[in-house]
Amino acid sequence: MTAVATLPPRAAASPFGYRLATAFLGLVVAAAVLAPLVAPYEPDAVDFAASLAPMSPENLLGADQSGRDLFSRVLYGARTSLIGPLALLAIASVLGVALGTLAAWHRGWVDAVVSRVTDVMYAFPGLLFVVLIVAVFGNGMTTAVIALGLAYAPTIAKYTRSVALGECAKPYIDAYRVQGMGGWTICVRHLVPNMARSIVGYLVVLFGEGLMSLATLSFLGFGAQPPSSDWGLMVKEGQPAIVQGAFLPVLVPGAAIALVVVSFNVIGVRLADRMGVRGS
Amino acid sequence: MLLSVEGLTIEAGGRRPILREVSLAVGKGEIVGLVGESGSGKSTIARSVLRLLPNGAKVSGRVLVSGADVLTMGPAALRDLRASQVSMIYQDPRSSLNPVRRIGDFLTERMVLTLGRPKAKARARALELLAAVGLRDPALIMRQYPHEVSGGMLQRVVIAAALAADPALLLADEATSALDVTTQAETIALLRRIQAERELGMLFITHDLHLAAAFCDRVHVLYAGTVVESRPAKELFEDPRHPYTAGLLGCTPELGDPRPIRPIPGRPPSLDDVFDGCPFAPRCPQAVDACTERLPEPVAVSGGFAACLEV
Amino acid sequence: MIRKLAGLLATLLATSFVIFGASYAAPGDPVTFLAGGKENLTPEYLAAIRAQYHLDDPFLVQYGRWLGDAATGDLGRSLQYNDQVADLLAARLPSTLTLVAYASVLFVVFGVALGVLAAVRGGRTDAAVVAGTTFATSVPPFVVATVLISLFGVQLGWFPVMGGGSLWHLTLPAVTLALGALAIISRVTRQSMVEQRELDHVTVARASGLSERSIVGRHVLRGALGPIVTMCGLVTAGMLAGTVTVETAFGLNGIGSLLVNAINTHDFPVTQAVLLLMVAAYIAVTTVVDLLQPLIDPRVRRRA
Repeated sequence: MTAVATLPPRAAASPFGYRLATAFLGLVVAAAVLAPLVAPYEPDAVDFAASLAPMSPENLLGADQSGRDLFSRVLYGARTSLIGPLALLAIASVLGVALGTLAAWHRGWVDAVVSRVTDVMYAFPGLLFVVLIVAVFGNGMTTAVIALGLAYAPTIAKYTRSVALGECAKPYIDAYRVQGMGGWTICVRHLVPNMARSIVGYLVVLFGEGLMSLATLSFLGFGAQPPSSDWGLMVKEGQPAIVQGAFLPVLVPGAAIALVVVSFNVIGVRLADRMGVRGS
Repeated sequence: MLLSVEGLTIEAGGRRPILREVSLAVGKGEIVGLVGESGSGKSTIARSVLRLLPNGAKVSGRVLVSGADVLTMGPAALRDLRASQVSMIYQDPRSSLNPVRRIGDFLTERMVLTLGRPKAKARARALELLAAVGLRDPALIMRQYPHEVSGGMLQRVVIAAALAADPALLLADEATSALDVTTQAETIALLRRIQAERELGMLFITHDLHLAAAFCDRVHVLYAGTVVESRPAKELFEDPRHPYTAGLLGCTPELGDPRPIRPIPGRPPSLDDVFDGCPFAPRCPQAVDACTERLPEPVAVSGGFAACLEV
Repeated sequence: MIRKLAGLLATLLATSFVIFGASYAAPGDPVTFLAGGKENLTPEYLAAIRAQYHLDDPFLVQYGRWLGDAATGDLGRSLQYNDQVADLLAARLPSTLTLVAYASVLFVVFGVALGVLAAVRGGRTDAAVVAGTTFATSVPPFVVATVLISLFGVQLGWFPVMGGGSLWHLTLPAVTLALGALAIISRVTRQSMVEQRELDHVTVARASGLSERSIVGRHVLRGALGPIVTMCGLVTAGMLAGTVTVETAFGLNGIGSLLVNAINTHDFPVTQAVLLLMVAAYIAVTTVVDLLQPLIDPRVRRRA
């Protein structure tokens, strides 16, 4: 698993771009929450009369082969497309932070075991580790999310370990130890909260990547299953329409994915920059 | 005059100029020393002779090499100046060589690419130069990488490279400071021999006043970007007239000298320290009120000048 | 050197163990899982599967037998195609390898060129390259694929939409595969060159009258080569996995699409074989890149 978050250089994070990205993400979250109120149609309302309809007042962004309104589907799709990455990051960060903290705190063999396991997972390029899990446990959104969560855990563990090692070297940790506080208490009540800021910043960067990975799995048919309006699945289902000259069914969800990921990357760079400044 | 710097002032973002109205001259076969603490602007002078200026620097004054102004010449003339008229030797030989290329490449590159000599000739010349700077197995050294030889040997390589184009002027920027003492002495001897053999003009930059006094014909003492004293080496050493020069001499111990070491109080000024009067006044034991009010003009003293109100 | 090769073997063993052991992690009886579907579970069939996989042997013996077979080229039989897996792979591998090679040439040439351009020109060119690469890494390959098909395949009709064979067919897939890699490489090139440019020996070269072109080529780029080559190697190694998406999106018959089909049809022998091949290739290529380092940076040689 090589989910290495490669940060773009800082020039990409101009304040204007940052505001634009934040505003856009705000809009997407609002769309996801308010989808039932805003969407003109049900996401899976089939209307063969509107099959592959172009943009029009009836279908703002056109319709797919079954005549389902793309605008409504993209709005509803924002739900799965945002909750999926959120869930996988929740799994990955709980596992990763726990393993990373454990490795940094105990060092020695615990550290060695964690880093060996991490190495083996890193030996699977791209999404292949996830693909293996899906192959064993069957397709579906739940499997995909859990598998990606497992796959991202080593990345977060590695990062947490490095942050935790720096934090453990600070005198306040020793001070608690001298007071006779147990390792568990120090880790949970002091170490982890003090690392939270860096870790959350890192998670923002990973969110965009997680969304891309999950959408890719859905596109391959391993993730969300029909009739879900997950963006990756929408691209997959819209693909046959391309040869008929109808591009909207793929371009609409494709653009949604690209814009959301770009926004997360822009914000992530800015957060990383800020934390870099604070750290030094 | 081989090199003549006239009223050179360089500003680069700080609150005071890096150099202010610096003038000096180097003739054929002459060794001129530039002495000062770090940050005094010594290296900037040497670099400006090759027009290697800080980014966004504002420059006034003239830097003439054999009569041509380096600061205003065209790119072709500048490349020719860098390639064949002036050579520089740097403080740290280890960082002066590209670590991933062989020493032979470093030596021949300049001859082939800038002077247009054929490769075989350049190689023969490189071997000759390595022998001339006292390296025993030139052919082996040509094949080696910088990390495989010692610092003293590398500095000899750098000196050999500097001689490759038969320059008339050599700029030695702390050329011996990063070497250990015995290597330092050998390198100094080598530089002197080469300079005498080839009648080179040399600008010798160092923070070591004793070394400068022993090695140079004439010494300029630099403080906060201005020349505070300029005298023949022997006179300067025996009878320093500027308090700063005296202070520099006082803070280096000498064998058999019963006087205690007296460090100069305070710290060298940074680019953000601005002065109305004499920049040395805050650290000067002889300062009077007038010193902080106006910049002292250079006053003629025997053999040169000193810029101090008390002279 | 020997340590690195030992590490290579250890990682290969560990990953192959994970790939093999995965079938035991599946819920239910491994026989049912290996049989693929739920409809065709006649007792004779199950017995055949049981015999084929030696399921009655201890776990480690099974693993050893499987690994030994795999090492000698016997990857079992496909349930879906009823054919030797090795033959399936051999038939599809050339097209995938061509695609990866094509994409690698594209991303190395254009990625390094863009990175050099950004580092040397600076200013607007730099900002444009940075913005472009940020965007390129944010668009998943399958979206790029659909956009390219829509635009160049259908709208403009410059390239064939589906199918494979010629280089012409492979152009759009190769561009898709190369785009993200290109962005990463140009970024690494730019960063590495900017760092090298600040080094003293570059100023020394400039002070000796070398032209900017020679300085960039012989010193800045040469010094920056280490990270660039490493990254190119890593990205190329990962590309085999990238073909999973790209071949699916373009309907190409390679091992990437073979893997997707195998998973969707519960053809586990094929899944295992493709994964093993991709992971082994990835580990091998990254090790080769590691071994190349001393050639690029002589300073590494002495430490090794």
